[in-house]
Amino acid sequence: MSPLAAVPLAVAIPVAFFVVLGATLTLIGALGFARLTSFYDRLHAPTLATSWGTGSTIIASALMFSFIDGRVILHEFVIGFCIVLTTPVTLMMLGRAALMRDRAEGSDALPEDMRHNRDPAADTHARD
Amino acid sequence: MSETILTIALGYAQIALALAGCLVGTRILRGPRAQDRVLALDSLYVSIMLLFLVTGMQLGTAFFFEAAMIISIIGFVSSVALAKFLFRGEVIE
Amino acid sequence: MSRLFPHPVLSVALVFLWLMLTRFSLGYLILGTALSLVAGWAYSALHSAKPRIRRWSAIPRLIGTLFLDIIRSNVAVTRLLLTEGRSGRQSAFIRVPLQITSGNSLAVLAIILTATPGTAWVEYETETGILTLHIFDASETDHYHDVIRNTYEPMLMEIFE
Repeated sequence: MSPLAAVPLAVAIPVAFFVVLGATLTLIGALGFARLTSFYDRLHAPTLATSWGTGSTIIASALMFSFIDGRVILHEFVIGFCIVLTTPVTLMMLGRAALMRDRAEGSDALPEDMRHNRDPAADTHARD
Repeated sequence: MSETILTIALGYAQIALALAGCLVGTRILRGPRAQDRVLALDSLYVSIMLLFLVTGMQLGTAFFFEAAMIISIIGFVSSVALAKFLFRGEVIE
Repeated sequence: MSRLFPHPVLSVALVFLWLMLTRFSLGYLILGTALSLVAGWAYSALHSAKPRIRRWSAIPRLIGTLFLDIIRSNVAVTRLLLTEGRSGRQSAFIRVPLQITSGNSLAVLAIILTATPGTAWVEYETETGILTLHIFDASETDHYHDVIRNTYEPMLMEIFE
């Protein structure tokens, strides 16, 4: 018998709902990521996948395995914790790296008043 | 009944996440700048991590969970290393 | 006591993490506690400044606000992405002067703003205290000014400063 058949209907419906929600949000984020035209716009698309995309998938997974094993399983939330804490670091660093590179080239992706660096300390700090 | 619902939902999620991975993959190929490729790689890690979680749910095993966790940690470390590399300004495009 | 537990919050969080990843049993509790003690000493050798949390009671309120804000902005960004090209959406850089200065509250604010879809942290100037954000929908500029000034900054000040 497949392990899926052991899940009661009252649990299967929320699990299915959360899985579909998470996958759809991730797909919409990826679609936007492929279609948006500027880098700073694209910086926003992955946050859909890392906020509720990941969130609802891990809720569904924790819910389903808790019923299959007959005990409360929370280790999926470790992934959520990791993703929530690490994505901002990656996105901030990429945003600042892009800003620095655009400034170095005088790119027209930036508005006029942001093309020069106001804070020389930030630049040397970033290069450490 | 519950098996049918879950099979359909998990099958849909697998297709959607695989499609998301492909869309993000086109951005790795298209670029145009190095930071676009790094950001695309980071979101590819997240899509594949979610695909592993959903596959683990479909097969009813907990082994995929460990793989998903390792992907999420390694993805973070590699993205930060690549972003740090972009700060040096010596990237060949 | 503070030599034995230099970072009590970090150590307790690590014990919980250890117990979440394994099955709960007395053996794992002892092993996890020992490991988190060693990790606490290692961390204090690396980074001696200790975050001081003044008010614990404000933390659940912050998490609740963040949770609702994430749901709200997920809906908004999803709608904008689906109507991309037809809605006339424009993105913008905005500059927000911040009152908070301590590293811990700035780090938490950075996590909050970046985890919420629709805002991305671009630059913070240490001398002037001005934060540059990139927002996905320029018509919500006033909303983000309001949320940062009147919701998150007072809460973070209450917790850390």
